[in-house]
Amino acid sequence: MSDVAAIAPVAPRPSRWRRANFAIGAVLVASVAALALLSFVWTPWPAAELDIPHKLQPPSTSHWLGTDSLGRDIVSLLIVGSRVSIAVGLIAVGIGIAFGVALGLLAAVKRGWIEEVVMRLADFTFAFPALLSAIMLTAIYGPGLVTSIVAIGIFNVPVFARITRASALVVRSREYVTAARALGKSEWRITVEHVLPNIAAILIVQATIQFALAILAEAALSYLGLGTQPPTPSWGRMLNEAQQQLFQAPQLAVYPGLAIALTVLGLNLLGDGLRDIFDPRLARQR
Amino acid sequence: MRAQGLAAGGLTPTRTEGSTIGFFLFKRFASLVLTLLAASAVVFTVLDVLPGNAAEVMLGQSATPESVAALSAKLGLDRPAIVRYGDWMKGLATGELGTSIAYDTPIAQLVGERLAVTVPLALMAMALTTALAFSLGLFAAARHGRAGDVGVMTVSQLGIAVPNFWFAILLIWLFAVKLRWFSAGGFPGWSAEDGGGIWPGLRALVLPAIALAVVQSAILARIVRSAVLDVLREDFVRTARAKGQSPRGVLWGHVLRNAMVPVLTVMGLQFANLLTGTVVIENVFSLPGLGRLVFQAIANRDLVVVRNVVMLLAASVVVINFVVDALYVVIDVRLRAKRA
Repeated sequence: MSDVAAIAPVAPRPSRWRRANFAIGAVLVASVAALALLSFVWTPWPAAELDIPHKLQPPSTSHWLGTDSLGRDIVSLLIVGSRVSIAVGLIAVGIGIAFGVALGLLAAVKRGWIEEVVMRLADFTFAFPALLSAIMLTAIYGPGLVTSIVAIGIFNVPVFARITRASALVVRSREYVTAARALGKSEWRITVEHVLPNIAAILIVQATIQFALAILAEAALSYLGLGTQPPTPSWGRMLNEAQQQLFQAPQLAVYPGLAIALTVLGLNLLGDGLRDIFDPRLARQR
Repeated sequence: MRAQGLAAGGLTPTRTEGSTIGFFLFKRFASLVLTLLAASAVVFTVLDVLPGNAAEVMLGQSATPESVAALSAKLGLDRPAIVRYGDWMKGLATGELGTSIAYDTPIAQLVGERLAVTVPLALMAMALTTALAFSLGLFAAARHGRAGDVGVMTVSQLGIAVPNFWFAILLIWLFAVKLRWFSAGGFPGWSAEDGGGIWPGLRALVLPAIALAVVQSAILARIVRSAVLDVLREDFVRTARAKGQSPRGVLWGHVLRNAMVPVLTVMGLQFANLLTGTVVIENVFSLPGLGRLVFQAIANRDLVVVRNVVMLLAASVVVINFVVDALYVVIDVRLRAKRA
C-alpha cells in the first residue's frame, strides 16, 4: 500500500461514467416508483390472496417468481411492497424537511442563543438512531407503520436542520443578500426569496440520500416486527418470513433483498448524479 | 518543513497547547454530561411518564386493578415523576437498575450477561470494518482513475445499498445451510463448563461480524480513499517527497495521519449505525446480546428493561462521539490552534 504516497493525483473518472451512473439511478428509481403506482391498479395476482395448496411453488409462467409459504404470488407481494417503501421514504423525508429546514433557517436567521439551542438539539437527536426511537415508541404504542415513519422522520430532522443552517449561513453572507437587505427587504422575505431557492439543490441531494436510508431503516424495522404489520406486504417482512423457509426455499430470501438493494442503489446513484449537476466543482474533486 | 512541523507538533504538545487542549476537552466533556442528562430525561419521559400508568402498559388490558396497583407500588409509581427520575439517575450511577419484571433478575446482571456478547461482536465488526476499509480505500487511492479504483468504488456503491440483515441471511444460507461451516445462529457461551468456550464463542460471532462489517466498510472505504486523495494534493506531501522521504514514510508519517480526521469523524458516526446494526444482526442470528434482550423486553412489556437498555445504547453513541472528538486534537495539531 505504500505506493499510494508515490502517485500523483491523476485525472478524475470520465464524465461518461458519471452520466451512466446517473442514468442507471434514474431508471431504477423511476421503475420502483412506476411499480408502486401500478400496484394500485394491477398486480399479477391479488397480493393478499392465500393459496396454501400452491405454497412454495418454483417460478413458472403463472407465478413468475413462484409463491411463498402461504401460496401468495411473490411478484405481486414485491410490487405491493414497493408502496410501503416509497410511502415511508416520502413521509419520513417530508417530516425531516418540514421541521429540519424550518429549524435550520431559524438558527441561521436568528443566530445567538436560538442557533445554539437548535444545534445542541440536533446534536442530541443523533444519540437516538431511528431504531432506538422505534424501540421506545413500540414499547409504549405497539409496532406499526406509523411508529416506524415517526421514528425515521425524527432522525431526519437534525440532518436537514444542520445542512440547512450551514448552507443558509453561506448564502446569507453573499453580496446579493446584502443588497436585498439594503433595499429594505425583511429577513424572512430574504430567506424565502433568496436563501431557500439557493439551498434547494443541496436539500434535494440530501433528500435522495435520506430517502435511501429511510428505505433501509423501514426494511430493518419491518424485518424485526416493529414496522409494517401483516397482512400489509413489505420487503422487510418478506425477508423475515423468508428466513424461516431458508432450508426449503432459499430463493424467497433473494427477491425482497434484491428489491431493497436496487432501490437504495438507484437513489444513491441519483443523489450522486444530482450533486454533480448542481455542483460540478465537487464532481471534479471526487 | 510544514509537514515536519505538524508531525513534531502532533507528537509533543507545548505547554500552551496542553492547556488549550485541556480547555477544549473540558468544554466537550461538559457538553457530554449535558447531552447524557438530556437523553436520560427524554428516555424517562417517553418510557415512564408518557404511558400514564406504566404498570397498566406492562400488564396489558386484561390486568385486574389489584395487580396493577401491586405492580405500581412495586415500581414506586405513586411517587412524583421527578423523584422517580432522581432515583433512576442514582441507580444508573451506582449500577442499581432495578429488577426485570419478566425475568425476576436484577437488570444490571441481565445487561452484564448480554454485554458479554454485544461488546465482542461490536469490536470484531469494527476491527474488520477498519481493516477492510483501509485496505480497499488505500488500494483505490493508489489506482486513482484506473480500473482498480473504479472496481472498488463500484463494489462499495453496491455494498452501501445492501441491507446488513439481508446480507446476514445470505451468509447463513451459504455458510450454514449449504456449506455447513458455521451454525445458523445461537451462542454457546464463553465458558467451557456451559458447553461453550473462547473458540466456539468467537466462531459463533464470525458470520454476524462479517455481516456488520462488509456494509460498514463499503462506506468507510470511500471516505478513506477520498481523504487520502485530498491529502496527496497538499503541498507538504510534495515537499516530503522532494526531500527524498520514502513512499512508505510519506504514507505513514504524513498522508495517513492527516487523512485520519475525516475518517475518524465518519467512524464515530458509523458507531451509531454499528450499534443499531448489532441490535438487528443479533436478532438475525438469535444471539443473546443487548439487541435480543430489548426485543424480548418489548414482547414482555418489560418497560424498566427497555428504558435501561435504550439509555445504555444512546449513552454509548454519545460517549463514542466524545472520544472521537478528543482524538481529533491528538491527531491534528491544526484543530488545536482553531479550537484555542
